[in-house]
Amino acid sequence: MAKQQLLLIGHGMVGQRYLESLVVQGGREIFDITVLCAEPLPAYDRVGLTSYFSGKTADDLSLVPEGFFEEHGITLKLNTKVDAIDRAGKTVTTNTGETLPYDKVVLATGSYPFVPPIPGNDRDNCFVYRTIDDLDAMIAASKTGKVGTVVGGGLLGLEAAKALHDLGLETHVVEFAPRLMAVQVDDFGGGLLKDKIQELGVTVHTSTGTQDIVDGENCTHRMNFGEDKYLETDVIVFSAGIRPQDELGRACELAIGERGGIVVNNHCVTSDEDIYAIGEVALWEGRIFGLVAPGYQMAEVAAEHLMGKAEQQFAGADMSTKLKLMGVDVASIGDAHGNTPGCRSTVFMDQTAGVYKKAVISECGKKLLGAVLVGDAADYGNLLQLCLNEMDLPGDPSALVAPMSDGAPLLGADALPDTAQICSCNNVSKGDLCAAIDGGAQTVGDLKACTKASATCGGCSALVKQVLDSELEKRGVEVNNHICEHFPYSRQEIYHLVRVGQITTFDELLEKHGSGDGCDICMPTVANVLASCWNDWVLNKPHAGLQDTNDYFLGNMQRDGTYSIVPRVAGGEITPDKLIVLGEVAKQYDLYTKITGGQRVDLFGARVEQLPEIWKILVDAGFETGHAYGKSLRTVKSCVGSTWCRYGVKDSVGTAIQVEDRYKGLRSPHKIKMAVSGCTRECAEAQSKDVGVIATEKGWNLYVCGNGGMRPRHADLFASDLTDEQLIKTIDRFLMFYIKTADRLQRTSVWLENLEGGLDYLKDVILNDSLGMGDELEAQMQHVIETYQCEWKSTIEDPEAVKRFNHFINETAEADDNLAYVRERGQRRPAYEHERIELVEEA
Amino acid sequence: MNSAVTVEWKAICSVDDVLPGTGVGVRLPKGQAALFRTRDGKFYALDNMDPFSHANVLSRGLLGSLGDKRVVASPLYKQHFDLETGQCIEDDSVKLTVYPVRVQGDVIELATPA
Ligand code: SRM
Ligand SMILES: Cc1cc2nc3c(=O)[nH]c(=O)nc-3n(C[C@H](O)[C@H](O)[C@H](O)COP(=O)(O)OP(=O)(O)OC[C@H]3O[C@@H](n4cnc5c(N)ncnc54)[C@H](O)[C@@H]3O)c2cc1C
Ligand code: SF4
Ligand code: FES
Repeated sequence: MAKQQLLLIGHGMVGQRYLESLVVQGGREIFDITVLCAEPLPAYDRVGLTSYFSGKTADDLSLVPEGFFEEHGITLKLNTKVDAIDRAGKTVTTNTGETLPYDKVVLATGSYPFVPPIPGNDRDNCFVYRTIDDLDAMIAASKTGKVGTVVGGGLLGLEAAKALHDLGLETHVVEFAPRLMAVQVDDFGGGLLKDKIQELGVTVHTSTGTQDIVDGENCTHRMNFGEDKYLETDVIVFSAGIRPQDELGRACELAIGERGGIVVNNHCVTSDEDIYAIGEVALWEGRIFGLVAPGYQMAEVAAEHLMGKAEQQFAGADMSTKLKLMGVDVASIGDAHGNTPGCRSTVFMDQTAGVYKKAVISECGKKLLGAVLVGDAADYGNLLQLCLNEMDLPGDPSALVAPMSDGAPLLGADALPDTAQICSCNNVSKGDLCAAIDGGAQTVGDLKACTKASATCGGCSALVKQVLDSELEKRGVEVNNHICEHFPYSRQEIYHLVRVGQITTFDELLEKHGSGDGCDICMPTVANVLASCWNDWVLNKPHAGLQDTNDYFLGNMQRDGTYSIVPRVAGGEITPDKLIVLGEVAKQYDLYTKITGGQRVDLFGARVEQLPEIWKILVDAGFETGHAYGKSLRTVKSCVGSTWCRYGVKDSVGTAIQVEDRYKGLRSPHKIKMAVSGCTRECAEAQSKDVGVIATEKGWNLYVCGNGGMRPRHADLFASDLTDEQLIKTIDRFLMFYIKTADRLQRTSVWLENLEGGLDYLKDVILNDSLGMGDELEAQMQHVIETYQCEWKSTIEDPEAVKRFNHFINETAEADDNLAYVRERGQRRPAYEHERIELVEEA
Repeated sequence: MNSAVTVEWKAICSVDDVLPGTGVGVRLPKGQAALFRTRDGKFYALDNMDPFSHANVLSRGLLGSLGDKRVVASPLYKQHFDLETGQCIEDDSVKLTVYPVRVQGDVIELATPA
């Protein structure tokens, strides 16, 4: 029997889910499937659209698994918009001039942004926020503009405002209603939200309507608000709600709702039994669902119905939402406005902390009907579950919103029934998660891969983790902290085995406590632990093969395989003569030269075989290795302090140099950064370092466990008014305790956050010596300090070690011939792939 | 009809030139190979070019094992390659050329297509 023709019109989020569901159910046996997609790209993650501004590419956002269309023999036509459906002739025509016959049609055309009918709304640089094309246009316009304005203060409008702000524009939000997110939050919440948004640097104008948009004086546009009020802006983004993209349905006279939307029944069938509608275009019981989760449910229901299965029906969906802007916590659940007859609210508000929480409770006082959370949405997952599962409240309703006294969660993941829907985007229940855990899932990543939980908006990820942890615990699974398959131990245990067993080589450790050959995880870790304990030269024969390339060649490998050279410049202080040596070496070897963020100089582009000769020149001139490659002390940043500064109360440069010289070469679980400031103005930014020291009139204040980088953390004040001697002793103990107990690649910030007992415990151990190990820690540190050697000096003095730096073993005089460079701003840098192709063609 | 591929054995270096547990780069008539010596004394050779970065760096990767496979990890982006087959563990579509290696007395020889 010939296959029937199925046309999917619109390939957005819901369209793609429909295809996946149909494929699973064997739809390919019965149908030839053709997908008509008006956009130039196949389905992508519209929910995550805003992350396009923070570096995600169109590829990252794609929802289509690689090879999906080829594998399933589905035809995809991009840039193809359907212009009309001929229901009598059962064909559709497209803007590309094609006419395609069909047996069944699925409309998944989504919605379009509503642009208010303001005169001037079609001027240049007026945008909507819906597609990747829209975003590209906004990015282009932001390059020349200074001010950006979003019309509409709803969920999407605020997302768009954040994006404009991140693009570097002075940003405004103009909202007609008296509060932001009018649909989701109430007046109090809206007011607080406005404050929060303004704190982020976005100006909010509520109760403001735009009358027209005309030429501006200082900016491209002027938006007139009446009563002589106006705003000048260069870019305008309209985000005033969405409307179902139902024009195809209207034209062929399908039943349409009064305010738009193609009417569907519980199986997503329209008034024509051969046509389905799903996603944001579909109107079910008079409602449009502007969220992806209900759309996904419709996709499943429609696909099953097409395959002749009618059990599953669409039954409406929960519209709870959580704003996914960084820095602003807002969530609304269920009946947020308290519209249910007889309901009562309990409210908590703290204006100084910027927190507002409201819970809407049923008349009987036993059930949660809805909630609004502003400023602290940590309880979103818990409250949502209470509400969705109509669970009896665990106690006094006011406890739902009151700040918790003992920090205990309202309701553990344990209390949830198996049917509780944990991830609404992907319809994953607690039972589904449990099944996946039974099937071997051990991490949130595993659960995401096999159930899709937390893969869409991410709002459920905290709850997914809670379920995972409690279920693993229930199953008696000890969460495995073995560093890899070769050693059934954590880093901390390996450190202990090495110390106590006096083990000095990897082979010895492997033989006594491990199995297999070792790998790129355990070998560098063990090499690092051996160095922390015994401080042998890292290129000594038994250790050499364990080192990651950066440690093996004592330099950081760059993207073209060459290395960087970073000599130590303790405290950032350098004599003119030494500075000249750096310049001369850079010139002689044509090395790209840059001042680093760590107050020293980085020379890039040295070929592997050049490293020993360059370092010989540097060592002869009195430089030492800067360990820019090692998991070890990097830099101790200083401010000029009392040496010159009129405010300096102590010699911060001197102390920085002393500290850097003391701990240089110390191998540790991750890199260590320090800084010393000469007064509380804190020009050395010590409070962002693993160890930060700030001078006061009375002595040194010591801060610990700060971090810049990917997840910044302010350091905690650890001890005040220390003498020089106390300062050093405290840092000695602190560092050795970190080295003894941290996990592999765990900075001090993360280590402290995971340390049972936290800062107080750490103070007890280090300052009060509660474990009685203070002397031992100091002695261990003393050993490392006494055995310090400059790794580069030892290396250039050992001819056998120098030999290992040749690029070729058989043609030792030759260099890698695959390197290609481009000169830019007066210096050389490696060619990018596209330039390399041109360079090679020219050659 | 049989078409035998002729290979040419080429002397590269002596056994002691390669420290156990490390690799070295080898200049071939065309291109470059990475020659490895595992800690238990076996020799392997693969392309030196890392297909993910297009840099000639695989000889500087860490050796080890994953399950029962012996692998080298790229020093740049850490993908693993099977020393026996050249197969990339993380990406099925990527496979490196494997060059046969033999030890003749004290000399390591590598076979290249003639
Ligand atoms: C050269 C430099 C950038 C520059 O041009 O200024 C740099 C360059 C690199 N950084 Fe950095 N970081 C440099 C200062 C910083 C700073 C600023 C600072 O130290 O004051 C930070 C944030 C502060 C912090 O760490 O708390 C920083 C946070 C990172 C991170 C993220 C660490 C984190 O905890 O989140 C990485 C990745 C990692 O370590 O895993 C990283 C990793 C790297 C690596 C090693 C990436 C790599 O593996 O190839 C870069 C290669 C360096 C090279 O080839 O020499 N770099 N890096 C800076 C060298 C400073 C120095 O003199 O040694
Ligand atoms: C910035 C942003 C953030 C969002 N955040 C969230 C969130 O946090 N949580 C949430 O649940 N939802 C969120 N949404 C909403 C969510 O993206 C939508 O609910 C979802 O994309 C709807 O899917 P759909 O397939 O129905 O429509 P769409 O994804 O819009 O896909 C419809 C496709 O059909 C195409 N099309 C239209 N007409 C035709 C035609 N005639 N011929 C061919 N093709 C046609 C369109 O070009 C489009 O590609 C957000 C939306 C945006 C824009
Ligand atoms: S931030 Fe650091 S790691 Fe990232 S590119 Fe710059 S130097 Fe490299
Ligand atoms: S609820 Fe959106 S990803 Fe789980």
